[in-house]
Amino acid sequence: MKIHEYQAKSILRKFGIPVPPGKAATTVDEAVAAANELGGSLWVVKSQIHAGGRGKGRFKELSTEAQLAAAGEGNPEDGVGGVLLSRSVDAVKENAETILGKTLVTKQTGPEGKLVKTVYIEGGCDIAREVYVAATLDRANNKILIMASAEGGTEIEEVAEENPDAIKRVWAEPAAGLQPWQGRQLAYAIGIEGKTVNRFAAFCMALYKCFVEMDCEMAEVNPLVITGDGAVVALDCKMSFDGNAMYRHKDVLAMRDLDEEDPAEVAAGEFGLSFIKLDGSVGCLVNGAGLAMATMDIIQFKGGSPANFLDVGGGATESQVTAAFEIITRDPSVKAILVNIFGGIMQCDVIARGIISAIENVGLKVPLIVRLAGTNAELGKKILEESGLDIIPATNLDEAADAAVRAAQA
Amino acid sequence: MAILVNKDTRVICQGITGKSGAFHSKMCMEYGTNLVGGVVPGRGGQTFEDTGVPIFNTVHEAVAATGANASMLFVPPPFAADSILEAIDAGVELVICITEGIPVMDMVKVNAVLQDSKTRMVGPNCPGVITPGECKMGIMPGHIHTPGRIGVLSRSGTLTYSAVGQLSAVGLGQSTCVGIGGDPIIGTKFIDVLELFNNDPETDAVIMVGEIGGSAEEEACAWIKANMTKPVVGFIAGSTAPPGRRMGHAGAIVSGGQGTAEGKFAAMEDAGVHVVRNPALMGEKMKEILG
Repeated sequence: MKIHEYQAKSILRKFGIPVPPGKAATTVDEAVAAANELGGSLWVVKSQIHAGGRGKGRFKELSTEAQLAAAGEGNPEDGVGGVLLSRSVDAVKENAETILGKTLVTKQTGPEGKLVKTVYIEGGCDIAREVYVAATLDRANNKILIMASAEGGTEIEEVAEENPDAIKRVWAEPAAGLQPWQGRQLAYAIGIEGKTVNRFAAFCMALYKCFVEMDCEMAEVNPLVITGDGAVVALDCKMSFDGNAMYRHKDVLAMRDLDEEDPAEVAAGEFGLSFIKLDGSVGCLVNGAGLAMATMDIIQFKGGSPANFLDVGGGATESQVTAAFEIITRDPSVKAILVNIFGGIMQCDVIARGIISAIENVGLKVPLIVRLAGTNAELGKKILEESGLDIIPATNLDEAADAAVRAAQA
Repeated sequence: MAILVNKDTRVICQGITGKSGAFHSKMCMEYGTNLVGGVVPGRGGQTFEDTGVPIFNTVHEAVAATGANASMLFVPPPFAADSILEAIDAGVELVICITEGIPVMDMVKVNAVLQDSKTRMVGPNCPGVITPGECKMGIMPGHIHTPGRIGVLSRSGTLTYSAVGQLSAVGLGQSTCVGIGGDPIIGTKFIDVLELFNNDPETDAVIMVGEIGGSAEEEACAWIKANMTKPVVGFIAGSTAPPGRRMGHAGAIVSGGQGTAEGKFAAMEDAGVHVVRNPALMGEKMKEILG
């Protein structure tokens, strides 16, 4: 689960991590009020969306000239886009007007972009140097990894590719937690000096504490700024959380922004289904994550393309299957549907009844191929047969995939 | 004796009175598993429905009274880590954690304790382990399995069943089938199980089913290249998965260009694994290489 930058910074503050003063605003008036309240002579108006690359983004609704005009004194190379410098309250007003309600396209949003509903008004910051710091799980040793790079502001994937040695790492022992020496080690490794070393180490320990206590999946501060007088300030922050742990973080759960998520995926989640929209034409309804992936793979292997990932789970009920079927049929790009069930806990007759009830509700406009195996498979097949519905049965996965791809291409 | 579990394994179930725990305990008993007890705090002294199987308040009591050496865990996610740690402290040799949805930070702590213990943990978020005809510890449908000499190893439940179904369909039985689980942190990795299969005189060959995310398959392939003396048939699920998206399993995610299906297929090919790109042909491929 992801949250916005301004929300992540509110969490950093709770852990004693210095962040620039800032306020979120959803209207131009709120943005102006925020700038007045924050005071000073320099503000940054930052688009709040769940995607990186905002500073280099483009607004769909604006021409290049308009973008350049909005960027004002910013460097057109890296200042144009979703993050705008403002040297007066009037400029804050103009920039908030430019951003709010527009669709920001960055290299992480995909071509459709994301609607900006909130801007974050932040006071200026005295930047002497920018570095990168992040915490995440290292799956190689099952410990929390803190990594740092002298190349702040650059995406870590780029650094990893072009200059992997620039990324320095330390691992926290679960029983002891991250230690000050580890923070200092990282500081020295990325060339931090003097009194900033201990401040950087304290920052790393606070970030680790935040990561562990808030059940983060990723906590990335990029850049972490070192100011002219040697302080450290988190200038940007991306935070995502372990969905399985959200039962113990109701405050974080309240920060979830459903508008940032695919509506079909949200609807599926409400029924306890795991669904991911893809851009192909064969809709898939499968039980189990591994088999669901393998089903997508075999569709591609046979020359087709999957329209979605959908795992109905291990013990789905008839109403869950109905919901799953309805979500798939709602997608206009779906030209055929492949149901692939290997019943373990899941009983094939439950799937069969779910399918029939879904077709009764929403109809069936595309060919439906059903492969049932495992627990109660024969009973499931019989129920489908007796329904008189136009269903193409398949005895194994290979045959099912062939039939589905052929049907989608017909 | 195949690997991990057999007819002599003495099994307890932690969470035996819950919906899944009760259902699957019965299914395991029907299959022939030697289920000797259950653990549910506050229910000690009762018996499990009409089976006569005693329920204990603690794992320590259950082990002392029944001599159990393996535990199957169906405890809900918020309490699962606590239950695993209890089983480790009670000295249970094999803990199979079926529970899906345990927070990663809980597992970071469990994993640290596990390293200094004599317990082997399989899972979490796994279908369990079955030695066909002898012992079923998990949620897999028992009836699709056939006793035989092929080991099956996978991160996914239903894809394990598919491999088993395909093997049984071509007349090849299984020695032991192990679902190691789809979470980022799991107790038993591909390498651990491959080593057990390699040393097991009752296993002739192995089907290994991996998926996107992490680097456990790549590490396993390096091990196979250096050590494995038995043929391995391999498939990786998730070639079509978009990067940065979690595909159902908490551990199945391609991030920062790491953990792709292509990289894992390449590692398999480099290690001499008999790769199938079509997941419907795992059984046929095994039949073909065994001649």
